[in-house]
This record gives sequence, C-alpha cells and structure tokens, in this order.
Amino acid sequence: MREIRYREALREAMLEEMERDESVFLMGEEVGHYQGAYKVSEGLLEKFGERRVIDTPIAEAGFAGVGIGAAMVGLRPIIEFMTWNFSFVAFDQIINNAAKVYPMSAGAIQAPIVFRGPNGAAKQVAAQHSHSSAPFYTNIPGLYVIQPSTPRDAKGLLKSAIRSNNPVVFLEGETLYGVKGEVPDEGEEELIPIGQSRLARSGGDCTIVSWGRPYYTVLAAAEKLAAEGIECEVIDPRTLRPLDTSLMVQSVKKTNRCVVVHEHWPYGGPGAEIVDRLQREAFDYLDAPLERVASLDVPMPYALNLEDTVLPTEERIIDAVKSVSYAE
Amino acid sequence: MGVPLPDKDDLLRQYRMMMVIRRFEEEAARNYAKGKIGGFLHLYIGQEAIAVAAADALADQDYIFQTYRDHGTALARGMSPNAAMAELFGRDTGCSRGLGGSMHYFDAERGFLGGWAIVGGHMALAAGTAFKSKYVGDDRVTICFFGDGSTNIGGFHEAMSLAGLWKLPVVFVCENNQYAMGTPLERTSPLEDLSIKATGYGIAGDRCEGHDVEVVADRIGAAVERARKGQGPTFIEILTYRFRGHSMSDPAKYRSRTELEQRKQRDPITVVRERLLGLGVEESTLDDIDLEVDEEIDAAVRFADESEPAREDVMLSTVLAPEGDA
Ligand SMILES: Cc1ncc(C[n+]2csc(CCOP(=O)(O)OP(=O)(O)O)c2C)c(N)n1
Ligand SMILES: [Mg+2]
Repeated sequence: MREIRYREALREAMLEEMERDESVFLMGEEVGHYQGAYKVSEGLLEKFGERRVIDTPIAEAGFAGVGIGAAMVGLRPIIEFMTWNFSFVAFDQIINNAAKVYPMSAGAIQAPIVFRGPNGAAKQVAAQHSHSSAPFYTNIPGLYVIQPSTPRDAKGLLKSAIRSNNPVVFLEGETLYGVKGEVPDEGEEELIPIGQSRLARSGGDCTIVSWGRPYYTVLAAAEKLAAEGIECEVIDPRTLRPLDTSLMVQSVKKTNRCVVVHEHWPYGGPGAEIVDRLQREAFDYLDAPLERVASLDVPMPYALNLEDTVLPTEERIIDAVKSVSYAE
Repeated sequence: MGVPLPDKDDLLRQYRMMMVIRRFEEEAARNYAKGKIGGFLHLYIGQEAIAVAAADALADQDYIFQTYRDHGTALARGMSPNAAMAELFGRDTGCSRGLGGSMHYFDAERGFLGGWAIVGGHMALAAGTAFKSKYVGDDRVTICFFGDGSTNIGGFHEAMSLAGLWKLPVVFVCENNQYAMGTPLERTSPLEDLSIKATGYGIAGDRCEGHDVEVVADRIGAAVERARKGQGPTFIEILTYRFRGHSMSDPAKYRSRTELEQRKQRDPITVVRERLLGLGVEESTLDDIDLEVDEEIDAAVRFADESEPAREDVMLSTVLAPEGDA
C-alpha cells in the first residue's frame, strides 16, 4: 500500500479505465486545458488528447444529454460537473433520461454513464454552491448513488462505476480532495463493488453511520469519546443507493444504539432511509431511539461563524452519542 | 446623430465611481489574502466602465440583475461601500447581512435584485421583472448582466426566447471579457460576434467596445429607451477584459502576459482620466478625487472590521417569509 490523495485516487481510476477501454471518455467544463477546476483530471488531456478529454462550454443539460445519448449506443462517458450544484440544470437529463431509458425500453437500451464531481459545502461558498445532493438522486430508481469518503474507496468505486452498465451518480467532495489515505500499489487492481458498506472503526458501545465530509468529523469525535470510555463503531455505507445495511444491523445488534451523521438536510434522504431501515431490521436490539446529526435545516449562509454551526460539528456528534447512551 | 460633447461634470462623476469600484476591489483582494474574506471572490477590475455607464443609463425605479461578479454593478447603483465591504467580511451590517457574501449582493431599495451564482439562472428572472412591468403597466426597465460563457446555457436561450416573444422591457448585457473561467471564447463559441444571436430570438442586437464609459452609456442608454418605449428587448455584447483571474483562486495561466499588458493599455479608468485632462481638468483635481476615494474605502474596511458578525437568528428567521398580508 502507498498513500495518495483522494483527487489522485480519482485520477488514477479514470486513467486506468481509459487505458483499458477505448469507449471511456471524460467530458465537462475545464477538464482538459485547465487540468480540472479542482485538478482531478490533471494530465489526462496530455495523455489521451482532445478526442477523449473534452472541454465543454457551460451547458450542463447539453453535455449531460450528449453523454447519455453516447452511452445509449455503446460509449462509456464520464461526465464531470464542476460541482454538483450545477447538475440541477441537468436534472431532467439525469432523471428523465439516464434513469429511465433502460426501464422504459424494457431493458433494450442501457445507459452506462458516470456523472461525477464535488458535492456539498466547501468553505463559505454560500447558498447556491453548497448543496449536499444525495437526497435528490437517491430518491430515483434506475440510478446508483455512490459517495466515497476515502481515497481507496474513491478509486475502487470509481473504477466499478465506470464499468457499470447503469447510470451512476458519483459524489466527491472539495474538502476531501486533499485527504490522504492508503491505496493499493500500482499494478494491483482493486474494484470495490457498488452497494457494499465498510467497517471503518470497531467499538462496542455505539454505532455511528457516516459518509462524506462528516465521516472525518465522526472519526475525530470517536477518539474523544474513547478517551471518555465510550467506544464507537463507525460504518461507512460508501454506496447510498443501493444501500447495504448488513454491517449496520450487525453492529447495532452488538451496541444496541446508533447515530447517523450526514451533511445533507434533515428532511428525508439517505439519513432518514438508514434510520427507517434500522428501526425495522434491528428493532429488537435497540436500547434508544436512533438519532441523526444533520446540517441545520437552512440554506447555507456565507459567514464562517454561521457555516460552522450549520455543518455537523464534533460537539453535536458527541452529544448525540451520549444521548443515545444515556450518558452525561 | 452627432456625438454629444462630453460633459465634464458627468465624466468626473463617472471617473470617481470607477475609482471607488477599483479601490474597493483592490482592498477586497488584500483582505482576502489576509483571511478576512472567504469563499469565492470574483473581481470586476478592468470592466468598471460598463457598470458605471449602465447606472447612468437607468432610472431610479429600474431593476438590475448581475452574476456573482457583482461588486461593481452594486456600487455604481449606489450601494454604500460600507455595506458592500461588510458583506464580504460576513457581517450583520452587510448588504445581505452576511448571509450572501460576495456572490449574492442584494439592495432591494435600489432595485439591485441580486448577484446570482448559477450561470444563466438569473436571466429568466430578469425577463420576469420585465414581465411584471408590462403586466402592471409601469415604465420600469430591467437590465441583466452575464458573461460570454453564459450564452451557451439553456437559461440564456429560454430567457431570450420569452423576452423576444413577449417584447419585454429588458436589456440583456453580455459582458464579453473573452474568457469563461479558463476557457477563451474561441473554444466555447463557433461565433466570434455573439450579438448576432439576438436575431434568432427576434431581439435587437448591438455590439460595442467596453473601455470607454461614454460609448457604453450611449449604447445601453439607447437600449433602455427602446425598452421603455415598449419597443422590446435588446441584446448588447460589450467587449471587455478582466485584469485579474476568474476568482481569487485562479492564477490565470491560460493567457499571456503580453495579452494582459495590451489590454491594460485600454484600462477604462486611464481612458477617462486622459479625456478629463484633455478637457482641461487639472491633474491635482483628479489626484484629490483619488485621495478622497482612498479614504472612503479605508473607512469601509474599518467599518466592516468593526461590525458585528452575521447573526444566527437572522439566518433562522429568513428561510421563509412571514404569512398573512396577501
Ligand atoms: C450552471 C453553472 N455551471 C458552471 C458554473 C461554474 N462557473 C462559474 S463562473 C463560470 C464561468 C462563467 O464565465 P462567463 O459567463 O464568461 O462570466 P465571467 O466569469 O467571465 O464574468 C463557471 C464555469 C456555474 N456557476 N454555473
Ligand atoms: Mg467571461
């Protein structure tokens, strides 16, 4: 194993898959000559040329649709949204076309396409640029939704997404791009299956389910709680649709309590879905109602003092764990 | 139509406002580097003549929409540098009470209806305020600014379609600064002259250089008059250039030093300054204005720095408007 950054892991995944399969190409704003707005695609234009690394005008609905059309007849596009906030102008393409062509044609036509880019808040980019998009897309049958937290998962899952025969919504994070982590050595191919959660930390006192940016806040909170004698078990779903609850259920059977921590708003979404499933799948094992720590139910404000209170904080996570543990 | 003789007082006023915008943004950049300002900060430096000319062409009751590159337009419309700077500092005294930041200036009293950050997203809104003017029969005009890169997205085409069909009193101003983030126009558009797009929507098209405030004021003025007289919308492409990167995080490596230096030869502020000197205005008069502006902007920074931070209760209570007065 070696340590690389999340953005490099994504780049390696695209590079390896593009080398392996001529039908894979990357399209989006500033992905080529500018080397990616967040430098994820750095070097890919030089390696693959303008035929396969394609800069587009600002026309998300257009290039998302071009990708879907190309996918319907045999190509495997990777469509980069500069951020997922801009996917909303392409919402119709993703929901009405990408997610529908296979079911609507009764299985005659596939749309193997990956939509990817940074999701969620960055720092002080305010209301229109801070959306946590998972709830919008996880609601749609016909889509896979993946949100990897670590470099290793980012690489292994992006490779699987590119090889998938279905449309994949792949949610990255601007604040995650610089995160370093272990990834298998060059030449050792790892495909992480879509729809499998991962045990991130073992502990017997309380289960925490988390992914994306707050995953790291959770790990830090778990260390503080451990110092106080509360050992948390942390589970990262990695894929939000389809959702794999097997590890969560197993863990709750042991800890009898669970907190779900996510960046998206509290109304619905994968956070609520997890709570709904666990209360049914592990009802007899729960010693306390499940708790959720979410972003506050407001559009993201610009001011840093407010943004810091909107996103899930270590303090709110610790309070929630103590609350379900009936601890002081 | 002869070219009207430049009015010295008008020009002096325009010069002063361009200086206000320039110094405001230079100070903003400095304070961004110091960490006092966060998020995205898109500077308008180099494009000031357009904001100032447009403000002159509009009446008090008119409506204005701008993108995230909104400081210049808001200041030219009369927003105080204090409220503008405090917004960047994330303070309660800011024009959006610290909730909006650089990209989302609002000044409802002055008809400044926002800085908007999704490319193309605000253009139909401008058609909407123009629709209202037609609906109620007031003679307000709406002006909507956007970049060259915004002329490829659906929001642009749909707003132009509706405005053209319904002959709405709106002026669409494309500030063509030659780049959409790092991409030069020739890689985003097969057309070099964007103004010909207007024809396809049955809208009047116009095109002019953007470094001369008088030329811009003339052309926008004519479009505003057309709209006010009920003669329908205009699309004006104004050729300009931003002297800084797309935002503070963009080192702008995609363009050459020579290109930048060439464009700086036509700095809109230098152009007015030279014209004023040519009209017999003393150098010292202009230097005095510069000093006065420096003080005004320094005061704005102090005001922002000393203001109270944005408030949680304001954030929580402005998600939905109160009910009951319909
Ligand atoms: C729908 C959408 N896609 C992408 C972006 C990211 N983005 C912000 S500004 C910009 C470039 C816009 O260029 P232009 O319209 O020429 O305006 P300028 O910044 O030059 O003033 C891009 C791609 C966005 N804000 N909205
Ligand atoms: Mg531009």
